[in-house]
Amino acid sequence: MEQLSGGEMVIRALRDEGVKHIYGYPGGALLHIYDALFQQDDVQHVLVRHEQAATHMADAYARATGKAGVALVTSGPGATNAVTGIATAYMDSIPMVVITGQVMSTLIGEDAFQETDMIGVSRPVVKHSFSVQNPEEIPSIIKKAFHIAESGRPGPVVVDVPKDMTNPTDRFNYEYPKNIKLRSYNPVSRGHSGQIKKAIDMVLDAKRLVIYSGGGVILGDASQELTELAQLLNAPVTNTLMGLGGYPGTDRQFIGMLGMHGSYEANMAMHHADLILAVGARFDDRVTNGVDKFCPTAKIIHVDIDPASISKTIKADVPIVGPAKHVLSEMVSLVKNSKKQPEKGAIDAWWKQIDEWRTRHGGRYLTDDSEKMKPQQVIEMLSKVTGGDAYICSDVGQHQMFAAQYYKFNKPNRWINSGGLGTMGFGLPAAMGVKMNFPDEEVVCVTGEGSIQMNIQELSTISQYNIPLKVICLNNQSLGMVRQWQDMNYESRHSHSYMESLPDFIKLVEAYGHVGMKVDKYEDLEAAMTKAFAMKDRMVFMDITVDPFEHVYPMQVPRGSMRDMWLSKTERT
Amino acid sequence: MRHIISVLMENEPGALSRVVGLFSQRNFNIESLTVAPTEDSTLSRLTVTTIGSDRVIEQITKQLNKLIDVVKVVDLTEGDHVERELMMIKLKASGQMRAEIKRTADIFRGQIIDVTPTTYTVQLTGASDKLDAFIDTLGTAHIMEVVRTGVSGLSRGEKVLSL
Repeated sequence: MEQLSGGEMVIRALRDEGVKHIYGYPGGALLHIYDALFQQDDVQHVLVRHEQAATHMADAYARATGKAGVALVTSGPGATNAVTGIATAYMDSIPMVVITGQVMSTLIGEDAFQETDMIGVSRPVVKHSFSVQNPEEIPSIIKKAFHIAESGRPGPVVVDVPKDMTNPTDRFNYEYPKNIKLRSYNPVSRGHSGQIKKAIDMVLDAKRLVIYSGGGVILGDASQELTELAQLLNAPVTNTLMGLGGYPGTDRQFIGMLGMHGSYEANMAMHHADLILAVGARFDDRVTNGVDKFCPTAKIIHVDIDPASISKTIKADVPIVGPAKHVLSEMVSLVKNSKKQPEKGAIDAWWKQIDEWRTRHGGRYLTDDSEKMKPQQVIEMLSKVTGGDAYICSDVGQHQMFAAQYYKFNKPNRWINSGGLGTMGFGLPAAMGVKMNFPDEEVVCVTGEGSIQMNIQELSTISQYNIPLKVICLNNQSLGMVRQWQDMNYESRHSHSYMESLPDFIKLVEAYGHVGMKVDKYEDLEAAMTKAFAMKDRMVFMDITVDPFEHVYPMQVPRGSMRDMWLSKTERT
Repeated sequence: MRHIISVLMENEPGALSRVVGLFSQRNFNIESLTVAPTEDSTLSRLTVTTIGSDRVIEQITKQLNKLIDVVKVVDLTEGDHVERELMMIKLKASGQMRAEIKRTADIFRGQIIDVTPTTYTVQLTGASDKLDAFIDTLGTAHIMEVVRTGVSGLSRGEKVLSL
């Protein structure tokens, strides 16, 4: 049997797990591992400029592919810098394995140089974590880490490796386990057939059904099954922020995103539904608005792989614990084989009502009274220029909501954003992670002048690895979402929501060797954007000046019901 | 309502901190907590008493089950069960009080396990309310020190929490 050091085992185990890229930053505690990395070619390492970016790159890779991404960071500050990225992945249930260096096991607890209790610090934001106590355990711990990260409800797993576990002179037998079994961890592989049957009976009786699907459909690779079921039933589908792309965005049956900035028709349909089929969604507070007023006439069927998500905030009438793909395909075959069919008259009346709502608002925004470009126009143009087919990696704020509302996602895994944690600074490294793994696809970071500055140092990594992604920066010279809330709730007292002293982004990106383009007028936008996307081998940063006074609408009225919304600055439901 | 939740988990470093961390992270309350290895040294049994609505208790058991180190979880208060807590209580015992404490300890079936000219230490086992009643009966004026183990419990009859 082959003899390897602990450091070599870490890298070899990653190779044997099929990992191609890892994202990281070296440091004292990782030197043995980096030396092992240097002496092989199977696993490619990407050197970021800040550990947070390494975790976001690994995370975005996972969001685009469904496989766990891997980050490698050193002890102490390296590990704590990674925490925001780990928490981002945790909140959105993203599979990720984060290997953190640790001081020598003999020094743990002695406040050694660059020592942090990473197991303790990361505990609330990981699915699980491991601390290596013996180098021989490294292959099985890494196997377990991937198994736990990717199965069930996915999530990040931390593997903390004290430096002396990787010592090059201590060598051990190496064998990567093919399978791993954990007696305390057995995620469900199928839903309860009796519950599924009960659900379908209710679905076929419903007069005003809404299918509400979330990130679980994307993560569970179930968008095909969801689409088939919805089309068999002729049912309206709304997606959560995390679920966009789970159902084709340009299809007639798609009624938009729901929730705080959901479409008028989606929120109205939810409020008036008599049955809600929730799949892989968790009734987040940004979806439900006031829970006591949530969907007063609806029964709720809740399909989720995580039993703890069911009846956490909204009580489910029919809970179904299971993977979305299995449950939905069972549902499809039950509907196909059922003698009972949905009542046509009721379905037609429901669609007539929904289409009326759609006509009343339908994603409109005002463009008349201002010369300034509207951010919505920019996203619509982006959708047009990229054919609705790009990977859109968003930062956090107004631009994120505009992208979610106005980019029409027809495929899953293409909308990549920090939904749960809302991490500004996510977009740029996320786009890097996706573009490196999909070099032939269009990959766009939609950002604002606030978010982009939270990880702008990665412009340097983009130069080093020549990652020709595109950045669409909606520059409104303010922290738009904060400012919107201040406009609406604090009598426009703009406390610290201005971005004063903005850099000249064009000069800045040019200094890193990229292409910068500034666009101020809408009539120039299409030509400029077309030109930017024609530069296939260059990173292009489009600094686009947009109306600083624009708000995101619809916006639900706090603690109201789903249908209580502001539709514009002056109009309320 | 008060619940006694029993958890069978891997006897691994860090497992206890995950359970305790979960309670504080999710704003669940811990009234008492006790943990020790079982007859199988790879497993620990943890008992936690907590107070919460049905919805909160459902979340607690579900969230505990989600922890990778947790093998099984049961809410003992859902069925018939036995529960015990052990208390050691050190009391000022001089003059008339020496006889009074002895009498009271006998009534409660306690044992005096340490004696000095001025103190008694009483060991008492029972459900938590019995231990509370003993403290109330003697009055806090004479109490020097109290230590309680927290509640342990088992289901009655054939029902067991095991692998």
